[in-house]
Amino acid sequence: MALDLLPPIAAQIGQMILVILVAPLLIGVIRKTKARLLCRVGASIFQPYLDLWKLMVKEIVPAHNTSWIYRVAPYVVFSTTWVAAALVPTFATGLMFHGAADLVAIVGLLATARFALALAGMDVGTSFGGLGASREMMISALAEPAMLMVVFTLAMLAHTTHLAAIATFLAHQPIGLQLSLMLVFLTFIAVLLAENGRIPIDNPATHLELTMVHEAMILEYSGRHLAVIEAAAALKLVLYFSVFLCLFAPCGIVTSLESVPAILEGFVLYMAKLLLGGVALAIGETCVAKMRVFRVAEFLGAGLVLGLLAVLLLFASEGVR
Amino acid sequence: MTNLTFDISHFLAGGMLVLSFVILYQDRLSSLLNTFAMQATVLAAAVAWQAQVQHAPHLYVTAVIALVFKAAIIPAALRRIMVKLGIHREIEPVVGVGVTLLAGVGLAALSILLLYPVTADAQAFTREDLAFALAVVLLGLLTMITRHNAISQIIGFMSLENGLVLAATGANGMPLVVEISVAFSILIAFLIFGIFVFRMRERFDTVDIHALDRFRKGRA
Repeated sequence: MALDLLPPIAAQIGQMILVILVAPLLIGVIRKTKARLLCRVGASIFQPYLDLWKLMVKEIVPAHNTSWIYRVAPYVVFSTTWVAAALVPTFATGLMFHGAADLVAIVGLLATARFALALAGMDVGTSFGGLGASREMMISALAEPAMLMVVFTLAMLAHTTHLAAIATFLAHQPIGLQLSLMLVFLTFIAVLLAENGRIPIDNPATHLELTMVHEAMILEYSGRHLAVIEAAAALKLVLYFSVFLCLFAPCGIVTSLESVPAILEGFVLYMAKLLLGGVALAIGETCVAKMRVFRVAEFLGAGLVLGLLAVLLLFASEGVR
Repeated sequence: MTNLTFDISHFLAGGMLVLSFVILYQDRLSSLLNTFAMQATVLAAAVAWQAQVQHAPHLYVTAVIALVFKAAIIPAALRRIMVKLGIHREIEPVVGVGVTLLAGVGLAALSILLLYPVTADAQAFTREDLAFALAVVLLGLLTMITRHNAISQIIGFMSLENGLVLAATGANGMPLVVEISVAFSILIAFLIFGIFVFRMRERFDTVDIHALDRFRKGRA
């Protein structure tokens, strides 16, 4: 019995460490690719590790008038994101926590993290914090229903909201030509961009007051707190990429933890897919301009309608079959 | 019927429905026209697929008519009109696009809920084609209601007609004569629309339909 439990636990711990270790690397690859595309040399792809280390050892300078919320929020954000990341199958399914790996639960955990961050942004009491928090809430109010539409569509196809089961289903069952999956694919990309503050919605590299969303909320953070928040943001990107790979490119995901070479193969494939996704994101970000904040509602609204349409079309085809 | 047959017909009919939503969302006139041409192309593909599935060679004629007239000639003619009027780069302000899109989803759901019980004993792809066709028709009407620009209204009307053709091919045994006459009446409607747009431009110096309302109020 104990021996049976060993591989899932080991794989689970391995994955939780893996996602933390790989998150800064993904950010580094994205930054490097963007720099190269803009004909700059760019920092090394390992620069984010050094940045995090520098922030870790620096002194914390808390803003005046802040309460305990300000000090606790970074750790809440990081831990909820980490738990959510632990639930997502990266290179293998059947890990220890996968019994709880429900897509709705993951969405809920991320919503908790966002709530904590918005609260911290308002706790500082500067106008930027409040502005960033209100914008973040506006974006999430549209992105979350869109994400739930994605969940509904997949649940209708796979008859479960269990992420590992959906990945296994999509990897092994013949699903034919599914228009709904294509629509959901677009919706998910819109949600991914919005939730991670990537370019058409928010610019992760700017501190221009008119456009900031995520940066506005964490403007007053410094030292260890900032490092934890930055790490959580990187982790969230890895998490969304992993969910994306699970749902739309599940080939090569390891379903049994029996043989070590198979696990290694799945691991290498996952890393390759992740870094490829990072490069694709960087190319996409270089090609489009950031949109005005008022157009974000339209962009995400279109994503939401596409998701709704996907559910409707799937419902229609299931209805006549 | 194999699953793939149904999947392809679902894909094409559903694609038309999605493009109807894109027409509803799009605010650039030239992109609107391109979307319409794309919808007509998908329609031609859907009709050709039905011809293949139903073993009805006359449907190929319908497909060719759709491809030649609606995906090529009418968009080209509309583009000429737009270039002549100097509005091919214009962006039409679409008000309340979110509400419009949600209303569109409601209409699509309504047509599915309406047609599925009625067509209970028909073949699967026929039922789906009919439901989606009604949705496309209603979305075309919605486009015509929500737009001010005469050109966008024409595109809404043409997309409505795309839905009609889809419905006609979904129903077995639609005679070719009817289809050809529908195609030609559309062409004539298009000619009338074209003349109308030019006259309107001449008189009011705009293609905004609201100018007509103001004119009528002024007269009364």
